Amino acid sequence: MTVAHETAAAGARPNAFTQDELGWTPWLPPLAESELSERHWAGLVEASRAKSPYFMLLVRDPEVLEARTKTDKDIFTNVSGGLPRAERELAATAVSRSNGCIFCASVHARFASVHSKRRDEVQRLLDEGTDVDIDERWNAVVAASVALTATPPAFGQPHVDRLRRAGFDDLAILDVIQSAAFFNWANRLMLSLGEPEAAKPQAAAPR
Amino acid sequence: MNAREADVIDELTGVAPGSALDEVRRARGAARANAQKSFEALFEPSQPGGVSIVQRFALAAFVAGLHAEPETQRFYVRSLAEAGASPALIGAVEAEVARGAAKGPFGRYPAGRLSVEDFEGALYAPTAESRRALGGRLATAFAHAHLLVLHPRDASRDALRALEAAGWETTEIVTLSQLVAFLTFQIRVVAGLTTLADASR
Repeated sequence: MTVAHETAAAGARPNAFTQDELGWTPWLPPLAESELSERHWAGLVEASRAKSPYFMLLVRDPEVLEARTKTDKDIFTNVSGGLPRAERELAATAVSRSNGCIFCASVHARFASVHSKRRDEVQRLLDEGTDVDIDERWNAVVAASVALTATPPAFGQPHVDRLRRAGFDDLAILDVIQSAAFFNWANRLMLSLGEPEAAKPQAAAPR
Repeated sequence: MNAREADVIDELTGVAPGSALDEVRRARGAARANAQKSFEALFEPSQPGGVSIVQRFALAAFVAGLHAEPETQRFYVRSLAEAGASPALIGAVEAEVARGAAKGPFGRYPAGRLSVEDFEGALYAPTAESRRALGGRLATAFAHAHLLVLHPRDASRDALRALEAAGWETTEIVTLSQLVAFLTFQIRVVAGLTTLADASR
């Protein structure tokens, strides 16, 4: 069954979880490139991030941004053993779905879809919520991520047991924990410093 | 003055050097090192700017308390005391933890198909007494911290305006936001690792 998507008008505030590309507009003024010191550039870590209003706002505290960026990179892209990238992005998506960050969920659902090639199942997580029944491996990752996201955290022995029964070793379980924990950080910044907007539509190609 | 452990997450989780859990954490060495650097950038900054060390640790103790993590709360309360906070301020922070007790995440979505998932929860606002005990600026930061911790999807431009009205500058608001959001990460890594450690005994 295909669920109809209510696409927000360009520039309007999205009101549904989606894998579409969304914009994000800050509620506070980011720094301009001309204002960046050496310390700010180091805080951005990648110079291309100077094009992002989100990172140009966060770079106002460059030491924190630098450490945060490097934490993020290792958690999500250090794939020496442990949890596959797709499942790390699944954890990020489940956390974002639970906290209600439509923007974060859109980005990481797309990454989960690209890395897993299971776009329809990722979409079901967005449409149906975190109680969705996909398969036991994915259900275990989602359940652990959601439990850790609760305040106070509700992650316990049953979640570890379930992940182990699903075939995950302790490094993979650490990756679930860190991916989910990191998205609690990311969601709170994206939700409180600005808002998502529907991406401007591309010019229609002639048919 | 107590010597600080080299890694706060290890200290709060009780990771022993050379243990299986230590090895697992070190397999993600850059994440381990930069989580610690994030802590240091927030709580041992070379230039605290307009967010004092006492204010930083007061917020941290509040956030840890909202997560019902007594060991982490004790760590940040000790740090608050070591930073020179008065017993009165420490008592005020602990009183706000009790007043702010809630379960999350809750909140509202923009109107539409997600409205069925709208969820009310225990709201928090500092009283006149809180403001007197914490100071107006810090009390407003506590209100913002509660929003971020328990129901970030209810965040708004107005919430940021309230911080500005209380005297917080833009760069300081970024620091406050990073501090609260980092703690929601750190506390969850500690909670997850503690469970994993217990599951491995």
